[in-house]
Amino acid sequence: MSQTLQVDVWRGGADGHYQTFEVPHREHQTVLDVVTYIQRELDPSLSYRYACRVGMCGSCAMSVNGKARWTCRTHVKRVVEHGRLRLAPLDNLPRIKDLATDMAPFFDKIGQARGTFVPTRTRHDPFAAIAPDSPARASIDEAIECIGCGVCYASCDTVAWNPDYLGPAALNRAWTLMQDSRDAAHAERLLAVAGDAGCHACHTHMSCTERCPKQLSPTASIAGLKRLALGAALKGEL
Amino acid sequence: MSGLQKWRARGHVAYLAFVVHRVSGVLLALFIPLHLWTLGKALNRPQALDSFLVWSDQPLVKFAETGLVLMLALHLGCGLRLLMLELLAWRQWQQTLAALAAAGGVAAALLFALRLA
Repeated sequence: MSQTLQVDVWRGGADGHYQTFEVPHREHQTVLDVVTYIQRELDPSLSYRYACRVGMCGSCAMSVNGKARWTCRTHVKRVVEHGRLRLAPLDNLPRIKDLATDMAPFFDKIGQARGTFVPTRTRHDPFAAIAPDSPARASIDEAIECIGCGVCYASCDTVAWNPDYLGPAALNRAWTLMQDSRDAAHAERLLAVAGDAGCHACHTHMSCTERCPKQLSPTASIAGLKRLALGAALKGEL
Repeated sequence: MSGLQKWRARGHVAYLAFVVHRVSGVLLALFIPLHLWTLGKALNRPQALDSFLVWSDQPLVKFAETGLVLMLALHLGCGLRLLMLELLAWRQWQQTLAALAAAGGVAAALLFALRLA
Protein backbone atom coordinates (compact mmCIF):
# COMPACT_ATOMS: atom_id res chain seq x y z
CA MET A 1 0.00 0.00 0.00
CA SER A 2 1.46 3.36 -1.01
CA GLN A 3 1.70 6.08 1.64
CA THR A 4 -0.26 8.67 -0.33
CA LEU A 5 -3.08 8.84 -2.84
CA GLN A 6 -3.16 11.11 -5.87
CA VAL A 7 -6.77 12.30 -6.04
CA ASP A 8 -8.09 14.13 -9.09
CA VAL A 9 -11.20 16.06 -8.06
CA TRP A 10 -13.58 17.86 -10.37
CA ARG A 11 -13.69 21.58 -9.55
CA GLY A 12 -16.26 24.07 -10.78
CA GLY A 13 -19.52 23.58 -12.64
CA ALA A 14 -20.13 22.24 -16.14
CA ASP A 15 -16.99 24.00 -17.46
CA GLY A 16 -14.69 22.96 -14.65
CA HIS A 17 -11.45 21.03 -14.53
CA TYR A 18 -9.70 18.38 -12.42
CA GLN A 19 -7.50 19.47 -9.52
CA THR A 20 -5.06 16.98 -8.03
CA PHE A 21 -4.63 16.59 -4.27
CA GLU A 22 -2.23 14.42 -2.31
CA VAL A 23 -4.01 12.57 0.50
CA PRO A 24 -2.57 10.15 3.10
CA HIS A 25 -3.53 6.56 2.28
CA ARG A 26 -4.90 4.77 5.34
CA GLU A 27 -6.22 1.29 6.08
CA HIS A 28 -10.04 0.96 5.94
CA GLN A 29 -10.34 4.42 4.35
CA THR A 30 -13.50 5.16 2.38
CA VAL A 31 -13.73 7.45 -0.63
CA LEU A 32 -15.88 9.78 1.48
CA ASP A 33 -13.05 9.89 4.04
CA VAL A 34 -10.72 11.04 1.26
CA VAL A 35 -13.09 13.81 0.13
CA THR A 36 -13.65 14.91 3.72
CA TYR A 37 -9.87 15.02 4.33
CA ILE A 38 -9.43 17.28 1.29
CA GLN A 39 -12.23 19.59 2.44
CA ARG A 40 -11.02 19.79 6.06
CA GLU A 41 -7.26 19.79 5.60
CA LEU A 42 -6.42 20.98 2.10
CA ASP A 43 -9.16 23.11 0.56
CA PRO A 44 -12.22 24.17 2.60
CA SER A 45 -13.89 25.55 -0.54
CA LEU A 46 -14.52 22.03 -1.88
CA SER A 47 -18.26 21.36 -2.23
CA TYR A 48 -19.73 17.89 -1.83
CA ARG A 49 -22.74 16.30 -0.20
CA TYR A 50 -23.16 13.69 2.54
CA ALA A 51 -25.22 13.09 5.64
CA CYS A 52 -25.44 9.67 7.33
CA ARG A 53 -22.02 8.13 6.40
CA VAL A 54 -23.52 4.64 6.83
CA GLY A 55 -25.23 3.88 3.52
CA MET A 56 -28.74 4.94 4.43
CA CYS A 57 -29.34 8.49 3.19
CA GLY A 58 -28.12 8.14 -0.40
CA SER A 59 -26.63 11.63 -0.58
CA CYS A 60 -22.89 10.98 -1.03
CA ALA A 61 -22.98 9.32 -4.46
CA MET A 62 -20.39 10.46 -6.98
CA SER A 63 -18.35 9.13 -9.85
CA VAL A 64 -15.24 7.25 -8.70
CA ASN A 65 -12.80 6.25 -11.45
CA GLY A 66 -15.63 6.42 -13.98
CA LYS A 67 -18.28 4.48 -12.04
CA ALA A 68 -21.09 5.95 -9.94
CA ARG A 69 -20.78 4.75 -6.34
CA TRP A 70 -21.96 5.53 -2.82
CA THR A 71 -18.72 6.91 -1.43
CA CYS A 72 -19.39 6.33 2.28
CA ARG A 73 -19.42 2.54 1.80
CA THR A 74 -16.76 2.36 -0.91
CA HIS A 75 -13.36 1.42 0.46
CA VAL A 76 -10.44 3.08 -1.30
CA LYS A 77 -8.51 -0.20 -1.56
CA ARG A 78 -11.36 -1.66 -3.67
CA VAL A 79 -11.33 1.10 -6.29
CA VAL A 80 -7.90 2.75 -6.28
CA GLU A 81 -5.91 2.30 -9.50
CA HIS A 82 -2.12 2.74 -9.35
CA GLY A 83 -2.46 4.93 -6.26
CA ARG A 84 -4.91 7.25 -8.01
CA LEU A 85 -8.58 8.20 -7.63
CA ARG A 86 -10.59 10.31 -10.06
CA LEU A 87 -13.67 11.87 -8.46
CA ALA A 88 -16.40 13.65 -10.40
CA PRO A 89 -20.03 14.62 -9.80
CA LEU A 90 -22.69 12.13 -10.90
CA ASP A 91 -23.30 11.93 -14.66
CA ASN A 92 -26.65 12.81 -16.25
CA LEU A 93 -27.36 15.57 -13.71
CA PRO A 94 -26.58 19.32 -13.83
CA ARG A 95 -23.34 20.15 -12.03
CA ILE A 96 -23.71 22.84 -9.37
CA LYS A 97 -20.17 23.05 -8.04
CA ASP A 98 -17.34 20.58 -7.59
CA LEU A 99 -18.83 17.20 -6.55
CA ALA A 100 -22.37 18.46 -5.91
CA THR A 101 -25.02 17.94 -8.58
CA ASP A 102 -28.51 19.36 -8.84
CA MET A 103 -30.68 16.33 -7.98
CA ALA A 104 -33.93 18.13 -8.92
CA PRO A 105 -34.39 16.38 -12.32
CA PHE A 106 -33.94 13.01 -10.60
CA PHE A 107 -36.60 13.68 -7.97
CA ASP A 108 -38.89 15.49 -10.44
CA LYS A 109 -39.01 12.31 -12.52
CA ILE A 110 -40.13 10.27 -9.52
CA GLY A 111 -43.05 12.71 -9.38
CA GLN A 112 -43.68 12.38 -13.13
CA ALA A 113 -43.81 8.60 -12.71
CA ARG A 114 -46.56 9.14 -10.11
CA GLY A 115 -44.21 8.00 -7.40
CA THR A 116 -46.47 9.30 -4.65
CA PHE A 117 -48.70 6.90 -2.74
CA VAL A 118 -52.41 7.68 -3.24
CA PRO A 119 -54.41 6.20 -0.36
CA THR A 120 -57.67 4.36 -0.78
CA ARG A 121 -58.53 4.74 2.91
CA THR A 122 -58.57 7.56 5.43
CA ARG A 123 -56.92 7.74 8.85
CA HIS A 124 -60.25 6.79 10.36
CA ASP A 125 -60.28 3.39 8.65
CA PRO A 126 -58.60 0.35 10.19
CA PHE A 127 -55.07 -0.57 9.06
CA ALA A 128 -54.85 -2.37 5.73
CA ALA A 129 -53.74 -5.99 6.13
CA ILE A 130 -51.01 -6.95 3.61
CA ALA A 131 -49.89 -10.55 3.87
CA PRO A 132 -46.05 -10.47 3.80
CA ASP A 133 -45.95 -13.60 1.65
CA SER A 134 -48.57 -12.49 -0.86
CA PRO A 135 -47.16 -12.57 -4.43
CA ALA A 136 -47.57 -8.81 -4.94
CA ARG A 137 -45.83 -7.94 -1.67
CA ALA A 138 -43.08 -10.52 -2.18
CA SER A 139 -42.39 -9.19 -5.68
CA ILE A 140 -41.31 -5.82 -4.27
CA ASP A 141 -39.33 -7.07 -1.27
CA GLU A 142 -36.11 -5.73 -2.76
CA ALA A 143 -37.42 -2.76 -4.75
CA ILE A 144 -38.77 -0.94 -1.69
CA GLU A 145 -35.24 -0.75 -0.26
CA CYS A 146 -34.21 1.99 -2.74
CA ILE A 147 -32.51 4.91 -0.95
CA GLY A 148 -32.74 7.34 -3.88
CA CYS A 149 -28.98 7.86 -4.25
CA GLY A 150 -29.12 8.44 -8.01
CA VAL A 151 -26.35 5.94 -8.84
CA CYS A 152 -28.65 4.06 -11.24
CA TYR A 153 -29.74 7.31 -12.92
CA ALA A 154 -26.13 8.42 -13.39
CA SER A 155 -25.12 5.01 -14.78
CA CYS A 156 -27.96 4.76 -17.31
CA ASP A 157 -27.07 5.37 -20.97
CA THR A 158 -30.76 5.67 -21.88
CA VAL A 159 -31.00 8.71 -19.58
CA ALA A 160 -27.92 10.15 -21.32
CA TRP A 161 -29.44 9.56 -24.77
CA ASN A 162 -32.99 10.65 -23.90
CA PRO A 163 -33.11 13.33 -21.20
CA ASP A 164 -36.90 12.86 -20.89
CA TYR A 165 -36.52 9.18 -19.91
CA LEU A 166 -37.88 8.72 -16.40
CA GLY A 167 -34.92 6.59 -15.36
CA PRO A 168 -34.46 3.44 -13.28
CA ALA A 169 -35.22 4.83 -9.81
CA ALA A 170 -38.48 6.54 -10.79
CA LEU A 171 -39.70 3.44 -12.63
CA ASN A 172 -38.64 1.23 -9.72
CA ARG A 173 -40.69 3.43 -7.38
CA ALA A 174 -43.67 3.24 -9.75
CA TRP A 175 -43.39 -0.57 -9.81
CA THR A 176 -43.52 -0.79 -6.00
CA LEU A 177 -46.70 1.31 -5.93
CA MET A 178 -48.27 -0.69 -8.77
CA GLN A 179 -47.93 -3.75 -6.54
CA ASP A 180 -49.42 -1.94 -3.53
CA SER A 181 -53.05 -2.98 -3.08
CA ARG A 182 -53.70 0.08 -0.87
CA ASP A 183 -52.89 2.49 -3.70
CA ALA A 184 -55.67 4.17 -5.69
CA ALA A 185 -53.74 5.48 -8.70
CA HIS A 186 -52.75 2.33 -10.60
CA ALA A 187 -54.39 3.36 -13.90
CA GLU A 188 -52.94 6.89 -13.92
CA ARG A 189 -49.50 5.61 -12.93
CA LEU A 190 -49.43 2.96 -15.63
CA LEU A 191 -50.35 5.62 -18.17
CA ALA A 192 -47.53 7.84 -16.85
CA VAL A 193 -44.87 5.13 -17.12
CA ALA A 194 -45.99 3.52 -20.39
CA GLY A 195 -45.23 6.53 -22.62
CA ASP A 196 -42.24 7.15 -24.91
CA ALA A 197 -40.06 8.25 -22.00
CA GLY A 198 -41.25 5.46 -19.71
CA CYS A 199 -40.53 1.78 -19.20
CA HIS A 200 -40.53 0.90 -22.91
CA ALA A 201 -37.59 3.26 -23.51
CA CYS A 202 -35.33 1.00 -21.39
CA HIS A 203 -32.74 -0.79 -23.55
CA THR A 204 -31.99 -3.37 -20.85
CA HIS A 205 -28.31 -2.39 -20.58
CA MET A 206 -28.70 -3.31 -16.89
CA SER A 207 -26.06 -0.80 -15.80
CA CYS A 208 -28.52 0.26 -13.07
CA THR A 209 -28.64 -3.29 -11.74
CA GLU A 210 -24.87 -3.62 -12.06
CA ARG A 211 -24.18 -0.41 -10.13
CA CYS A 212 -26.98 -0.25 -7.52
CA PRO A 213 -25.17 -0.07 -4.16
CA LYS A 214 -28.12 -1.81 -2.49
CA GLN A 215 -27.87 -4.59 -5.07
CA LEU A 216 -31.44 -4.02 -6.21
CA SER A 217 -32.56 -4.63 -9.78
CA PRO A 218 -34.39 -1.66 -11.29
CA THR A 219 -34.26 -3.64 -14.55
CA ALA A 220 -36.53 -6.26 -12.99
CA SER A 221 -38.93 -3.54 -11.84
CA ILE A 222 -38.96 -1.99 -15.31
CA ALA A 223 -39.60 -5.43 -16.83
CA GLY A 224 -42.52 -5.79 -14.41
CA LEU A 225 -43.95 -2.46 -15.61
CA LYS A 226 -43.51 -3.59 -19.23
CA ARG A 227 -45.55 -6.73 -18.46
CA LEU A 228 -48.27 -4.69 -16.74
CA ALA A 229 -48.39 -2.28 -19.70
CA LEU A 230 -48.56 -5.18 -22.16
CA GLY A 231 -51.39 -6.79 -20.19
CA ALA A 232 -53.32 -3.51 -20.00
CA ALA A 233 -52.81 -2.87 -23.73
CA LEU A 234 -54.10 -6.36 -24.60
CA LYS A 235 -57.21 -5.68 -22.50
CA GLY A 236 -57.69 -2.31 -24.21
CA GLU A 237 -57.12 -0.43 -20.95
CA LEU A 238 -54.10 1.54 -22.10
CA MET B 1 -13.55 11.28 -16.27
CA SER B 2 -11.23 9.78 -18.80
CA GLY B 3 -12.77 8.24 -21.89
CA LEU B 4 -11.20 4.87 -21.11
CA GLN B 5 -12.78 4.75 -17.64
CA LYS B 6 -16.11 5.71 -19.17
CA TRP B 7 -15.96 2.73 -21.53
CA ARG B 8 -14.74 0.37 -18.83
CA ALA B 9 -17.82 1.26 -16.77
CA ARG B 10 -19.87 -0.38 -19.54
CA GLY B 11 -17.80 -3.55 -19.53
CA HIS B 12 -20.33 -5.82 -17.83
CA VAL B 13 -22.02 -8.87 -19.30
CA ALA B 14 -25.49 -7.38 -19.84
CA TYR B 15 -24.08 -4.36 -21.67
CA LEU B 16 -21.94 -6.59 -23.88
CA ALA B 17 -25.05 -8.65 -24.70
CA PHE B 18 -26.81 -5.42 -25.68
CA VAL B 19 -23.93 -4.41 -27.96
CA VAL B 20 -23.73 -7.86 -29.58
CA HIS B 21 -27.51 -7.81 -30.18
CA ARG B 22 -27.38 -4.36 -31.81
CA VAL B 23 -24.24 -4.89 -33.90
CA SER B 24 -25.42 -8.28 -35.20
CA GLY B 25 -28.78 -6.69 -36.04
CA VAL B 26 -27.16 -3.87 -38.01
CA LEU B 27 -24.90 -6.30 -39.91
CA LEU B 28 -27.87 -8.52 -40.76
CA ALA B 29 -29.83 -5.47 -41.91
CA LEU B 30 -26.92 -4.56 -44.21
CA PHE B 31 -26.92 -8.11 -45.60
CA ILE B 32 -30.65 -8.20 -46.42
CA PRO B 33 -30.47 -5.88 -49.49
CA LEU B 34 -27.64 -8.03 -50.90
CA HIS B 35 -29.70 -11.14 -50.22
CA LEU B 36 -32.80 -9.72 -51.96
CA TRP B 37 -30.71 -8.43 -54.88
CA THR B 38 -29.36 -11.94 -55.40
CA LEU B 39 -32.79 -13.54 -55.15
CA GLY B 40 -34.11 -10.96 -57.60
CA LYS B 41 -31.79 -12.37 -60.25
CA ALA B 42 -33.77 -15.63 -60.18
CA LEU B 43 -36.79 -13.76 -61.55
CA ASN B 44 -35.20 -11.79 -64.35
CA ARG B 45 -31.66 -13.01 -65.01
CA PRO B 46 -31.29 -16.73 -64.17
CA GLN B 47 -27.91 -16.95 -65.90
CA ALA B 48 -26.57 -14.13 -63.76
CA LEU B 49 -27.83 -15.97 -60.67
CA ASP B 50 -26.08 -19.16 -61.78
CA SER B 51 -22.77 -17.37 -62.26
CA PHE B 52 -23.18 -15.67 -58.87
CA LEU B 53 -23.81 -19.05 -57.24
CA VAL B 54 -20.68 -20.45 -58.87
CA TRP B 55 -18.72 -17.42 -57.57
CA SER B 56 -20.20 -17.94 -54.09
CA ASP B 57 -18.81 -21.50 -54.00
CA GLN B 58 -15.32 -20.11 -53.36
CA PRO B 59 -13.90 -21.17 -49.99
CA LEU B 60 -13.52 -17.58 -48.78
CA VAL B 61 -17.17 -16.78 -49.51
CA LYS B 62 -18.25 -19.99 -47.78
CA PHE B 63 -16.17 -19.00 -44.78
CA ALA B 64 -17.82 -15.58 -44.77
CA GLU B 65 -21.17 -17.37 -44.65
CA THR B 66 -20.07 -18.82 -41.31
CA GLY B 67 -19.85 -15.26 -40.03
CA LEU B 68 -23.35 -14.66 -41.32
CA VAL B 69 -24.66 -17.70 -39.48
CA LEU B 70 -22.83 -16.50 -36.36
CA MET B 71 -24.51 -13.08 -36.59
CA LEU B 72 -27.91 -14.68 -37.14
CA ALA B 73 -27.52 -17.09 -34.23
CA LEU B 74 -26.18 -14.39 -31.89
CA HIS B 75 -29.03 -12.04 -32.82
CA LEU B 76 -31.56 -14.81 -32.23
CA GLY B 77 -29.96 -15.81 -28.92
CA CYS B 78 -29.76 -12.24 -27.63
CA GLY B 79 -33.35 -11.60 -28.74
CA LEU B 80 -34.58 -14.67 -26.85
CA ARG B 81 -32.58 -13.55 -23.82
CA LEU B 82 -34.29 -10.15 -23.94
CA LEU B 83 -37.75 -11.72 -24.21
CA MET B 84 -37.01 -13.95 -21.23
CA LEU B 85 -35.72 -11.02 -19.17
CA GLU B 86 -38.79 -8.95 -19.90
CA LEU B 87 -41.55 -11.52 -19.86
CA LEU B 88 -40.50 -14.08 -17.25
CA ALA B 89 -40.02 -13.65 -13.54
CA TRP B 90 -36.26 -13.74 -13.32
CA ARG B 91 -33.72 -12.50 -10.85
CA GLN B 92 -30.10 -13.55 -10.71
CA TRP B 93 -29.50 -15.69 -13.77
CA GLN B 94 -29.14 -12.99 -16.43
CA GLN B 95 -25.43 -13.74 -16.82
CA THR B 96 -26.30 -17.36 -17.52
CA LEU B 97 -28.79 -16.20 -20.15
CA ALA B 98 -26.18 -14.02 -21.84
CA ALA B 99 -23.66 -16.88 -21.75
CA LEU B 100 -26.25 -19.25 -23.25
CA ALA B 101 -26.99 -16.76 -26.04
CA ALA B 102 -23.28 -16.42 -26.83
CA ALA B 103 -22.64 -20.16 -26.60
CA GLY B 104 -25.65 -20.95 -28.82
CA GLY B 105 -24.50 -18.44 -31.42
CA VAL B 106 -20.93 -19.71 -31.56
CA ALA B 107 -22.11 -23.36 -31.58
CA ALA B 108 -24.40 -22.72 -34.54
CA ALA B 109 -21.57 -21.03 -36.47
CA LEU B 110 -19.14 -23.84 -35.65
CA LEU B 111 -21.63 -26.49 -36.79
CA PHE B 112 -22.06 -24.59 -40.03
CA ALA B 113 -18.28 -24.30 -40.51
CA LEU B 114 -17.80 -28.04 -39.81
CA ARG B 115 -20.49 -28.89 -42.32
CA LEU B 116 -18.52 -26.92 -44.92
CA ALA B 117 -15.32 -28.80 -44.20
